[in-house]
Amino acid sequence: MHMADALLSPAVGGTMWAASAGAIIYCSRKLRKEMDTGKAPLMGVLGAFLFAAQMINFTIPATGSSGHLGGGLLLAVLLGPAAAFITIASVLVVQALFFADGGLLALGCNIFNLGFFPAFLAYPFIYKPLVGSAPSKTRIAVAAMVAAIVGLQLGAFSVVLETVASGISSLPFATFVSLMQPIHLAIGVVEGLVTGAVVSFVYQARPEIIQSVQEARPLGATPSRNVLAAFLAAALLIGGFVSWFASENPDGLEWAIARVTGGEESAEPQVGLHARLAALQESVAFLPGYTFKKSEHQPENVAGQESPLGTSVAGIVGGLLTLAIAFLSGILLRKKDRMA
Amino acid sequence: MASIGGAVKDFRQLDLLATGDTGVHRLDARAKVLVTLVFILAVVSLGKYELAALFPFFLYPAVLMALGDLPVRHIARKVVVVLPFALMVGMFNPVFDQTVLVRLGPLGISGGWLSFASILVRATLTVGAALILVGITGFPAICQALDQLGMPRIFTVQLLFLYRYLFVLSEEGGRTARARELRAFGKKGLGWRSYGSLVSHLLLRTWLRAERIHLAMLARGFAGEFHPRRTTRFGGREFLFFAGWSGLFLFFRLVNVSQLLGTIVTGVLG
Repeated sequence: MHMADALLSPAVGGTMWAASAGAIIYCSRKLRKEMDTGKAPLMGVLGAFLFAAQMINFTIPATGSSGHLGGGLLLAVLLGPAAAFITIASVLVVQALFFADGGLLALGCNIFNLGFFPAFLAYPFIYKPLVGSAPSKTRIAVAAMVAAIVGLQLGAFSVVLETVASGISSLPFATFVSLMQPIHLAIGVVEGLVTGAVVSFVYQARPEIIQSVQEARPLGATPSRNVLAAFLAAALLIGGFVSWFASENPDGLEWAIARVTGGEESAEPQVGLHARLAALQESVAFLPGYTFKKSEHQPENVAGQESPLGTSVAGIVGGLLTLAIAFLSGILLRKKDRMA
Repeated sequence: MASIGGAVKDFRQLDLLATGDTGVHRLDARAKVLVTLVFILAVVSLGKYELAALFPFFLYPAVLMALGDLPVRHIARKVVVVLPFALMVGMFNPVFDQTVLVRLGPLGISGGWLSFASILVRATLTVGAALILVGITGFPAICQALDQLGMPRIFTVQLLFLYRYLFVLSEEGGRTARARELRAFGKKGLGWRSYGSLVSHLLLRTWLRAERIHLAMLARGFAGEFHPRRTTRFGGREFLFFAGWSGLFLFFRLVNVSQLLGTIVTGVLG
């Protein structure tokens, strides 16, 4: 699913734009180093192919609805991660500009969600190891299925994170996740099936296409430093953003204790080793209870705050007036029919 | 997803609009791209519950559509088609956010409804701005502008190639899809297996086409880079355009003009 501008805050949009722009620059540098001029028209044409293929639908048997190919994983298999990422990004740019599919600010999010996960995570870490060096039909099918499902789950989860972090939508994290993940599981299965079918076909018809990519980058050449950096960034992101929305309800153990004893935690003994260690812990801990200070990290839109729309009648009148002025100016400025 | 034929037709129409020759069309693309970005940032940075503060921003699409001679109904239709995702997520807001923020006499409007309306208005504004940008600038000019603003050359080349072959491949894909449809006897598509086969054949033809294109380009001296032919200047008019609109958006962002106007009017009347 494409992310929309209307649900995005500038902070989240800007961050994802930075991430996507960085990835595009990195991939461009990599491709330039490879110096394969044949790749340029290939990427362009495959991008157009992806575009066309995405517009053709097929029926999904049990549901009666229709689906179409996403294509990220397919491109990664055919082109390699860097070229695939650039191609996917370009298709998304065209979709955003011409079909208003996802906004311009959300483009950063969409490029990351739909490009980074299939090309840089699902393909090298799931598809390639599973397929190995001697692909058979079943291996391709299984690898494609698992990689597609994981890639789409990650993409869908990012959409949830970005929406919730932006704070424009009131949909709670848990509800949104429980809606998005199952839907994208189904979509992932379909994507895996189609990708597997296409890759198998291509491998039978023109095996050199697949093999040229397989040999280009042996998995051992991936610097583990980059992988670690990626995981660190992910951990920071999760710790920074997601923790905001950590539930304040008691966790399972606390809840059980409260039910049994009627209190928050069991009372600690005041004497002896236990007390000494507890005192030590209190003096050492600088994040008691996982908070810095007493101030709560609540999103600004807490219900019950003063609303700036106190003078609501004036606001509505003014709003209607401004709308009218805007439209009127548009009508007035429009040139009359020009005589040839 | 729209049918492939309809989508390509829409695509061509918007592309055709960009060949117009009005004052805004003739501006350097960089100014227009930057103004669009400022517009979207300003709209999106407003608070969750702001509704009336968004209305002044409609001035920009209205004026630009008029000056650029863009058909309003066509663009409005495209905006409406694309609202669903924002709608689907936004419609949960009234469910989860029920605290009343605004009172109109006996009627209380909850924060959820306000933010839902705000989401819809934002979607209309941002999507409209993107479509208008393409309508008055054209895709190649936008690519060139982004290139001049620092986008990696390889990405620019990729975008231009994609744009060039979009029409070719959409037509080919459309022909194949129609052939399949005609053989489906009323069922919609014959399932994923035939789709996989269709896509695979299309892919192979695409791959061979790419090889032919590459050889043709090499024969004409392609060495990996495109060189833009026409260079436009970012002159005084462009600066005025950019500074004027950006200043206005900043003003709209910081001052709730609707509120201001309403207070003045009700003050005068009351």
